[in-house]
This record gives sequence, C-alpha cells and structure tokens, in this order.
Amino acid sequence: MTTKRQKADVVIVGLGWSGALMAEELTRAGLNVVAIDRGAWTDTSTHTPPSVDPDELRWSQRKELLSPPRDNTATFRNTLDQTAIPTRNWGVFELGGGVGGAGFHWAGMGWRFSPWDFEVRKQTIERYGLAKAEDGELQLQDWGVTYDELEPFYDRWERIAGVSGRAGVIKGEKTGVGNPFEGSRSRDYPTPALKTLRAMELFNDATNRMGLNPFTIPTANLSEPYVNPLGVSMGACSYCGFCLYFGCGNFSKSSPQACIFPVLMRRPNFTVLTKSCVTRLTKANDGKTVTGAVYVDEQGNEVEQPADIVILTAFMMDNTRILLHSGISKPYDPRDQTGVVGRNFTFQTVSGTDMWFEDDNINPFIGAGALGSQIDDYNGDNFDHSDLDFIGGAGILTLSRDGLPIAKANALPPGTQRWGSEFKKSYAKYYRNYATIFNQGCSMPTKTGYMDLDPNFKDKFGVPLLRLTYDYAQSDRNMAKFTMDRSLEIAREMGASHVNGFNFADKPFTTAIVASDHVIGGVPMGADRPTSAVNPYLQSWDCHNLFVVGASAFPTNAGYNPTGTVGALAIRTARAIADTYVKNPGALVEG
Amino acid sequence: MNRRGALFSLGAMAAAAATPVRALEMKGYPTDMSMDPAFLPRPAIHGGSFQVLTADIDRRTVTAVFDRLIPADDLGASASEAGCVEFLDMQLAGPFGEGASLYRKGPKLPNEDELAQTPQFIETPRERYATGLAALEAFAQKTEGASFADLPEPRQDAILKGMEDGTVDLGPDVNTKAFFELMLINVREGYFSDPIYGGNKDMVGWKMIGFPGARYDYRLYADRTGEDLGLEPVSLIPRD
Ligand SMILES: Cc1cc2nc3c(=O)[nH]c(=O)nc-3n(C[C@H](O)[C@H](O)[C@H](O)COP(=O)(O)OP(=O)(O)OC[C@H]3O[C@@H](n4cnc5c(N)ncnc54)[C@H](O)[C@@H]3O)c2cc1C
Ligand code: SF4
Repeated sequence: MTTKRQKADVVIVGLGWSGALMAEELTRAGLNVVAIDRGAWTDTSTHTPPSVDPDELRWSQRKELLSPPRDNTATFRNTLDQTAIPTRNWGVFELGGGVGGAGFHWAGMGWRFSPWDFEVRKQTIERYGLAKAEDGELQLQDWGVTYDELEPFYDRWERIAGVSGRAGVIKGEKTGVGNPFEGSRSRDYPTPALKTLRAMELFNDATNRMGLNPFTIPTANLSEPYVNPLGVSMGACSYCGFCLYFGCGNFSKSSPQACIFPVLMRRPNFTVLTKSCVTRLTKANDGKTVTGAVYVDEQGNEVEQPADIVILTAFMMDNTRILLHSGISKPYDPRDQTGVVGRNFTFQTVSGTDMWFEDDNINPFIGAGALGSQIDDYNGDNFDHSDLDFIGGAGILTLSRDGLPIAKANALPPGTQRWGSEFKKSYAKYYRNYATIFNQGCSMPTKTGYMDLDPNFKDKFGVPLLRLTYDYAQSDRNMAKFTMDRSLEIAREMGASHVNGFNFADKPFTTAIVASDHVIGGVPMGADRPTSAVNPYLQSWDCHNLFVVGASAFPTNAGYNPTGTVGALAIRTARAIADTYVKNPGALVEG
Repeated sequence: MNRRGALFSLGAMAAAAATPVRALEMKGYPTDMSMDPAFLPRPAIHGGSFQVLTADIDRRTVTAVFDRLIPADDLGASASEAGCVEFLDMQLAGPFGEGASLYRKGPKLPNEDELAQTPQFIETPRERYATGLAALEAFAQKTEGASFADLPEPRQDAILKGMEDGTVDLGPDVNTKAFFELMLINVREGYFSDPIYGGNKDMVGWKMIGFPGARYDYRLYADRTGEDLGLEPVSLIPRD
C-alpha cells in the first residue's frame, strides 16, 4: 500500500548541486519545498573532518563516500545487436552516496562552456557546410539557449560556489591573462586563482614557448576565505591533495553542503527526506501534468509525495530512468530517431600523455582536486577545422593532484616491471617525477547513442536498470587522436624523458573503465519539440509542471566539466518557475 | 494545475501535520555536530589470529607471492615484513572481502569481460582468493612437485610473470591474469595505505617514494616548487 504525505508546492527528487540550487531559489521565493534523496545526511564536520579525510584506502580505493554499483549501476553495450552487460564494479558511474550527491566528492573544476558549445550544429553548418554537421552518424542539435543568455546564471553559480580563477575576457575585452578563448564574462571570478605548482610551471613554460595560451583552471577549491551571496563562509584550500573522491575538511571545496545547506536547511518552508529512493512519478488522468513522486523509504515502505510542481534532479541516470519507468514522454527509438527520452547520450572523449622527468621534484602530494593549467587553443571551434576530419576539440590540461601513492603505483615509464625490486626502484624515483596531460574532449551525440530500460537486469527495488547503448563517434575518435598528438608535442617540450600517449577512443567505449565520470544526456533540451524532451527552461514539453534539471539536458557535450553549466541552467530554470510559472502555470515556451 | 488559487501555499508547511510515514524527515540544520561514529577512523588491529587466511598453506602462499611482488631490498622491507599479509586478512574479513560494493546479480553473461574490456566477477574477493590460492598451490605441486612457497625465488618469479602475461593458466575455475592483478593491487594497498590498516609498517612505503602521508596543509610549501622538501610522513595513528 502506498501512503500519501501532505501535498507540497514543489517536490525535488535528488538534492545534489542541481536540487540544492533549485531548492534555494524556490524556498527563497516562498514556495514550500520537499526534497527527497536516497542518500544519508553527509556533512563536513560530522563525516569528513581533517582527522578522517586524508585516507586514500578508504575514500579513493574503496570509495566509501560513493553510492556503490550494488545499489546504483547501469548496463551497457556498444551496438544495438549486442546483449547489454551490467557494470558490476566501479567504472564511469561514481555517484554520490549521501545527500549532496557527487558534488561532495567531486574534483571541483568550475567551468563555463564556450559560446560555440551551445550551437554546435548551427555554427558548424555556417562555417563548414552541412556535410560536416551531418556525416550520417552524428545527431547534432542545438540547446535552445545561448551563452549570452546563460551568462548571468553562470555568474550567480560562480558566486555561490566562490570559484577561484582569473578572467580572460570581461565585457568583450581580453584581459591579457586567463583564458583568451572564453566567452565574455560580466566580471572577474569571485576569488583569485590558486597557486601555480610545479607540473603547471613546466606546462606553462612549454606551451608559452610553443605560442599557445596557458591559464589556470577555474577551481571550486577556494584560494582564500570567502563569504558567498547566501552569507555562507568558506575557508582557504590548504592544497591537501585528498580532494577527488574525498570530502573537504576545510570548507574550501564548494559543494551543496559547504555552499548552500547551511542556509537552505534553516528555511522553515524546506524539508528533506533522506534515505528515500524515488522510483516513479504519478501522472494526472489527462496525462498533461504530473501529480507527485513515489519513493521507497529505508524500511521498504512505498510513499507518495504529492506536489504541484515536480522537479527531477536525480542526475542524468535516474532523471532518464524515472521518466522511462513512469511512461512520461516518448522513449527514443534509435532505428528511426523518433522519441525523446534517452536520446543523445554523450560522454567525454579522453586522450593524453603520461610523462616522466629525470631530476625534478613535481611533489605531486601538494595539490587540489581541480588544480591545473590548461590550453584551449585546441578546444571547441577555437581552431580551423576546414581540413580536419572532425569537429570540436579538447581542453588540454595538466593536473596538480596526482599524489595518491596507491593509485599512482602504475604510473611508471613504459616497459618497467610492475613488481619486484625493479618496481620499487622505479617508483621510488618516479613518484615525484611523474605528471600527466589530460585531454578532456568534447563528445558528440550519435543516432545510436541512447538509453532505455534493460530487459534483463533490475535494481534492489525491482526497477529495471538503465541500459546504455553507445560508442564513440568517428569524429570524436579523430579528435582524440589529433589532441593526443598535440599533448605529445607539449610533453616533449616540457622536457619529459619518457612520454606515453594514451587514447581511450581508440578502443570501443566501456562503462567499466573510468575515462571520465561525465555521463551526459538522455533528457535533451531544445527549442525543437520533436528532438528534445524539455524546452529551453528544462520544462517537460508534455507535462508542464515537470522540470528535469541536470546534465541530462545537454544535447551535446563540450571539452569541459559539466557542473558550472548544470548550475547555471538550474538557477535559470528556478528563476523562470518563481518569476513566471507560479503566476501562470503552463508552458513557458510555445512548442 | 488549473486551480491556481489553491497552489503555492506560502508557509503551509509550518502547519503540516505529522504523517504516519517513517521517512527520515529533516527540517532545520542538524544541531548534533559530533562525528558520525561510522565515519571515525577504523584502526585495524590484527592481534595475531587470522580470520580468512586461516589455513597455514594459504598464508604461506600469500606471503611468498607478496614478497616477490614487493621484496625486501635496500629500498626497504618486504610486503610481509610491512604487514601486508595481515592487512589482506583484515580486508578480506570486511566489506571488501564480501564484495559489498559490487553488483552481483546473475547471470554472468558470456560477453561481459569482452564488452567491459576488463574482467567482471560475481564472486567476492574472498571467494576469489580461496579458489585462486588453492589453484596456484595445485599448479606448483603439479608442475614442480612442491609448494609454491618452497620454490626457489626465480621459479616463483617465473610463475608470477606467467600469470601476469597470461602464459600460466591456473585452470578453469580461475581467471589467472585477473587473480594476479587482484594480488598486485592488494599488496600495493597494504604497502602504501595508512598504517592504520595494518600494512605500511613504520610508513616504509611512504618513505620509499617520499609521500608525506596524512598531512592536511601544504600552504607553507606550495611556493617552493621543484624543491626536495624532505617532509617526514605522518599517519592517522597518534604518535604517542
Ligand atoms: C569523481 C567525480 C569527479 C567530478 N569532478 C568534476 C569536476 O571537477 N568539475 C565538474 O564540473 N564536474 C565534476 N563532476 C561532475 C559533478 O559531480 C556533477 O556534474 C554534479 O555533481 C551533478 O550534480 P547533480 O545535482 O545534477 O547530480 P548529483 O550530484 O548526482 O546529485 C543527484 C542527487 O540525487 C539523488 N538521487 C539520485 N537518484 C535518486 C532517486 N531515484 N531517488 C532519490 N534520490 C536520488 C542522489 O543521491 C544525489 O544526492 C565529477 C563527478 C565525479 C563522479
Ligand atoms: S585540496 Fe583543498 S579543496 Fe581539496 S580537499 Fe584539500 S583543502 Fe579541500
């Protein structure tokens, strides 16, 4: 039997960055909001203080802050004729285990996408012709929102997160520092960039000599104490290096916990239900609206939370799965490319170069999750693709965060014995003399890259697992090879004695090996109703009181990490709900 | 959603009646700021009696393998001297050994390893060690007429090398290459994790590579780029 709770104005499914930003805006606007999250309450002082945090085995190897594959995984296959297999161990799905989602253990690269990233199709056709955009395999579509429209909301997200960086372009003027290729900003970052560490020095010097344009990656690891617009105080990053997969004991890695919960939790019109997993949404009889969310609590009771507005912020996997399982909107069919839910899965196309130096001291234990230098000379459409067999590109970056000794024990020059005295000798020398160049490449959707429900495997509630069908587009494969070659050139210029290029896209895609955590798409946004599940305000085309927020909405993926764009889209949607929708419930966009 | 007047009841939640539902409902910022006991560091103290590697022969095989993977030499102690066998026993006795994080619903499909590009297992690590160690011992007895632990080091190395590159096959019950990789990652975990887990005795692994351990603040050092900082490691274990 399903019990019913008292109706709320808004139910939010999932309280990570997306859900927390939405909840903050909507509670401030006076709505009463109930958030439901499958995770347990997890916070800095109670769970990850400095006395607990610096522990590689527990947090990075065993990943105890994450939601295990046992509870949350997906099946995958490369092509339609294969039987999909479950992802049994850790791989690309490194979901957050607690309330706050993956934004607690993430690295914290705090990017905006470039203007090109929102209009890949349009601009590719304009600059290179239709054939380049429609090669038979790609399924390019634009976002229905432009960088300029999103800029104020990027700015707001950066203020809330306190992102540390240096502007490259302010109000259309190049500053002479920072990233000269970035979209124009209304103002500088709220806090200055972090320090330049050794691997970054080598990279900056080399790329400068090569006529490229290095800059420090914007980080949600804060360079100095900061108070955000909500009044929440954050501390300065201590370069502890226990960052990616870890909490932050210093309140200096931005997260829903560090930046939003202290204010949100105090609002009387906000409630959060923890350890409660939403399995489906309920629909009104006319099918034009949804009426609430059904969840299973810790004791296994099924409960319905009715609400006037339903917001899915359960990450792209469950955003997609809940829609499919609830029978909302037409599932995507790869054979004729009709339908919208599950459409345009994308990833991150990664290549790069491992490097070893002889007598340096990279000191990799000093670092922060997002700290590094990057060039955008080969990202997006910042370079001419007329004579190239691909579109897009990659952020080519070096990291100052590679100091965890168990994880790095395989990072030895090619040909080195991986055990025995030879291993010990090599690791003793190269632990402090290793660095990497990572090409974080764009990912373009294909006609057969999509998600549906798996016919064979289920989760612990008996709900089918999400089934992912995907392989890299040839365009992305070519891009990864091209950028790998650029990274090899940079590595040699940096003076590395040994270099080893790697390219995840020269093999088929797999969910079982973590090239990146950025799984994207499934509920694409757009101005064109037949090819998108949500409109440019992330409002369901079919159920006007349903909003689906997160990287599920990206119709294409850029050569940057997603969360800045997730945050900007969430804030924009929340404002549209508070300012327009509540006054006149209905479609915010004609479609 | 057409009854606009009834919607968006500002403040209505304040008056919400208790529902008969047992969800963990939170309102207000939690006032209890003490550490969640489940998140306190969990020192692993072995105390000498083995929980999983209870058979003498299994302990001897693991010790022999681990000490070839990380031998004693002028760079420091061997894996077993550093506590890696006890470390493994405690890991196998806990959630890791139980495969607590794995999705283990069957069946295992015939195309799994190929599609995944890495071997997948329904068996737990504890089960894999039980089968793998027995098969390794049987292999040594069959090919050499002696226990793996009693073989000369070059012969042990040759078998391990064969397991690593796929030329040694321990039989149909074992994915030999994957079992080698499991032992390799576990011995490294023992040698390089915080000594609080029973390995890395005297922080020997960290001293070998120059990792300063469980330090949390490098702001004083961050500007000294490219220097050998000579930092002594510290661990989560209190010093005295
Ligand atoms: C290891 C790692 C490193 C990363 N590093 C970066 C980085 O450097 N920069 C960057 O931009 N991005 C990074 N990301 C991505 C970033 O973490 C995500 O983009 C971001 O957390 C997404 O926020 P979200 O709120 O949309 O989803 P999530 O953070 O996943 O939050 C979703 C929430 O919903 C809950 N939930 C899910 N399903 C249900 C359900 N059915 N019922 C109830 N609750 C549910 C979850 O418990 C969770 O709290 C990283 C990700 C990982 C995994
Ligand atoms: S590196 Fe900085 S932001 Fe990351 S956990 Fe350590 S102190 Fe926090």
